[in-house]
Amino acid sequence: MERLTGAEILWDCLVREGVTDVFGYPGGAILPSYDAMLKYPIRHVLVRHEQGATHMADGYARASGRVGVAIATSGPGATNMVTGIATAMMDSVPIVCITGQVGSKLIGTDAFQETDITGITLPVTKHNYLVTRADEVAPTIREAFLVARSGRPGPVLIDITKDAQQSSCLYDWDAAAPSESVVRAGTPPTDTSLRQALELIRQAERPLVLAGHGILLAEATEEFRQFVDTTGIPVAVTLLGIGALPASHPSNLGMMGMHGEAWVNTAIQEADLLIALGMRFDDRVTGNLKTYAVNAKKIHVDIDPAEIGKNVPVDVGIASDLRDVLRAWQPSLGRLQLGGWYDRITELKGDSAVRDIQNMPDDGHLYAAHVIHDIWRVTEGRAIVVTDVGQHQMWEAQYYRHEQPRSLITSGGLGTMGFALPAAIGAKIACPDAEVWVVVGDGGFQMTMCELATIAQENVKINIAIINNGYLGMVRQWQEFFYDRRYAATPLLSPDFVKLAQAFGIEAHRVEARRDVVPTVEAARRHPGTVLLDFRVEQEDSVFPMVPAGADLHRMIRRPTPLAETGADR
Amino acid sequence: MLITYVVHVEDKPGVLNRVASLVRRRGYNIESLTVGHTDTPGISRITLVVDADPSAAARIEANLYKLVHVRRVENVTALPTVYRYLALIKVTATVETRTQIMQIVDVFRARVVDVATDSLMIEVTGTDDKIDGLLEILRPFGLLEVARTGQLAMTRGNLPRAASTERHAPEAEPVDAAISFSV
Ligand SMILES: Cc1ncc(C[n+]2csc(CCOP(=O)(O)OP(=O)(O)O)c2C)c(N)n1
Ligand SMILES: [Mg+2]
Repeated sequence: MERLTGAEILWDCLVREGVTDVFGYPGGAILPSYDAMLKYPIRHVLVRHEQGATHMADGYARASGRVGVAIATSGPGATNMVTGIATAMMDSVPIVCITGQVGSKLIGTDAFQETDITGITLPVTKHNYLVTRADEVAPTIREAFLVARSGRPGPVLIDITKDAQQSSCLYDWDAAAPSESVVRAGTPPTDTSLRQALELIRQAERPLVLAGHGILLAEATEEFRQFVDTTGIPVAVTLLGIGALPASHPSNLGMMGMHGEAWVNTAIQEADLLIALGMRFDDRVTGNLKTYAVNAKKIHVDIDPAEIGKNVPVDVGIASDLRDVLRAWQPSLGRLQLGGWYDRITELKGDSAVRDIQNMPDDGHLYAAHVIHDIWRVTEGRAIVVTDVGQHQMWEAQYYRHEQPRSLITSGGLGTMGFALPAAIGAKIACPDAEVWVVVGDGGFQMTMCELATIAQENVKINIAIINNGYLGMVRQWQEFFYDRRYAATPLLSPDFVKLAQAFGIEAHRVEARRDVVPTVEAARRHPGTVLLDFRVEQEDSVFPMVPAGADLHRMIRRPTPLAETGADR
Repeated sequence: MLITYVVHVEDKPGVLNRVASLVRRRGYNIESLTVGHTDTPGISRITLVVDADPSAAARIEANLYKLVHVRRVENVTALPTVYRYLALIKVTATVETRTQIMQIVDVFRARVVDVATDSLMIEVTGTDDKIDGLLEILRPFGLLEVARTGQLAMTRGNLPRAASTERHAPEAEPVDAAISFSV
C-alpha cells in the first residue's frame, strides 16, 4: 500500500481499468487531476467543447465495446456534458464522465463554478456519485466501471471535489473492489419461458425477428447468426441493430420503422410471430401501437425487465442476457418451412431495380442517396460510418449496407445533432486501424465543427462527408409534408466548408456532380490526413418511405413516381 | 389503483431523491412515502404508495430495481399485509370537553401524549380510515394541528419473496398516445 493523492488514485484506477485514452477539457476544479495525469500512461485528447468529449467517449465505446472516458471541470464544464450523457443513456452506451467539483466545504454555498451536477444528471445517468474524500476515489471508480458496462450499459458520472483530489490517503486497489450487488444483469432464463418461446417459434408460419442494439451490446452476433442460419427466420433490424447481421445475409430484410423499408414494415404487420431481440419497441419503429402487428404473437428478450411489456404486450417475456437465451435455444432449434412467407416478402419487395440507384443514369442532379451509395461501394461496406441526425442519417441507414457489427454509430434514442464529428474522433481513436467516415448534415456539422481543431491537433485521420442540402433537411421535410411547405427557420446559410477546413489545415473538396463522387471518395481514403468533402446535394429531396409520427406502420408515404426516375428511392 | 411497494435501499446520500425522481420521471404521482432504518445497518426501508394501473405497477417495480442503491423491491399490494399510519393530533380541550375527548381516544385505542390547559395531544396509529374517522369525530372540538406520516407496510407471516423483482418479467398493456411528435 502506498500513500497517494486522490488525483493520483484516479489515474491509477483508470489505468488499471484498462483505460488508454480520455477526452477532456481542464479547468480550476479538476486541475489537481490534470496535474497528476502527466505521470500516467494515458493519452488525453483535448477537445474544443465538453459536449464533444462525451460524444467522443461515446463513439469510442460504441466502436470498441470498451468503456469511454470523458473528463471536465465543475460548473459550465460539467453542464456542457449533459447532452452527451443523455445521448449515451438513451442508447445504452457505457461511458464514465469525471467532473471536478468545488471543495467539499463549499458545496451548497453557490461558490464560483459550483453546480449540482449529480442532481442535474440524475435522470440521464445510469448512476452517479459525488466523491468528497480521497479514500472514496478508488472504490467509486471501480464501482462506476462495473455499473457502466454490466447489465444494460449506460453512462455513469463521478463528481470529485477539489479537496478529494488534493488530499492523500493509503491506496489499496484490491480492497476497493466493488460489490456485485450493483450489477443488474437480468435473471437466467427459466426453462418454462424458453420452452414457451420455442413452442411459438415452431408453430409460426410467418415469423420475423426484430433485431436491436442489444445483440451488439450482448456481444451475441455469432449466436444470433447461428439462430438465423438454423431457423431461416427473416430479420428486420432497428436503426441501432444495423450490423447485428451482415446486410448481405439472405435473411436480412433491412431496417424497420419510420424510414424503414416498406416491405419490412408490411411484413411486420403481416407476421404471425415477432421475436424481438434486444430492442425496445420505440415509437419510431412501431408507429400507432393500437394497430401494430395485431396478428402477431410476441416474444421479447431484453436484459432490462422494465422494457418488457412497456409499449407492446408480449406473449413470452424473457428478461435475460440475450447471449444466454440464444445459446439455450440453439440445441432445440430446427429449420422452419417458410417458403410461402419468403414468397410473400419477395412479392412485397416488388421490383428492386427501382431502388437500384447504382444503374441510374446521371441526370445532372446529385442526390444524397448517390453519395452514400458510392461511399458504400468504394469502402465495400466495411468502414465505420458515424452519422449525425437528420435526413442524411436515414439515407445512410438505407443505402450504406453494413457488413460488420459496431460499424454504424449514430444517435438513435436522443437524436442528437452534433454527435457525428466528435463521435467519429472517438471511434477512430478506439479503432486506429479502421476506416472511419462521418456522414453529417450541414446543420449538425455546425453544432460541433469546432472539433476540427481537435482533429488537427491530435492528428486524427477520418473522412468527413457533409451532405450539404442548404436546409435543416429533416425538419424541412416535415414542413413540406405536414405544414404546407412553410419553411420556418429551416433554410440554412453555411460558411464555405472547404475554406473552413483549410483554415484548420484540413484537406477539403467540394463535389457537385455524380461522376466526381467516386474519385473524390477514393482520393480521400488515400490521403494520410483527415479530408472533408462538401457534397452539394439536391436541396428539397425527401426521405422515403415515411411513416408519419403516430400513424399505422403500414401506412407509409411513398416516393412520388416522377422522382423515381432520378433514382434516389422508390 | 393504489400500489404499495416495500423498497430496501442502501442508506446512501440522495437515495430518497433517486427513488422519488424515478417515480416523477416515469410520470406517476407519489401518494405516500415513508423511510426509516431497518435492523440491518446501512439498509433503509421505504414504503412507497403510487397510484398506477397494474401493468404500470410492474414497470415501476422493474425501474426501481434498476437503481443501483436498491437492493430489493416488493409489490405487497396483493399480499396479506398490515398497513399502518401514525398521526399526532392537537385538539382544543376545555375543562368541559376533556373527559369526552379522552373517552373517544379510548374507543379508538389512541393515546393522550400531552396535556395542556386548553388542549390535548393525541397519538394514534392505524389504517388511513381509522385516522380519518378519529379526525372527523374530533373536528367539532377544534383541531389545532395535525401531523400524519405516510404509510408503513409489512406482509403477514413469513411469506416467500415471490413478488420481488428479481424474478419478474412483467406484462403490460400498450400505452395510449405515447407517441412523440418531434424530429
Ligand atoms: C440538438 C438538436 N436540435 C434540434 C434537432 C431537431 N432536428 C432533427 S433533424 C434536424 C435537421 C438536421 O439538419 P442537417 O444537419 O442539415 O441534416 P439534414 O436533415 O439536412 O440531412 C433538426 C433541426 C435535433 N435532432 N437535435
Ligand atoms: Mg441539411
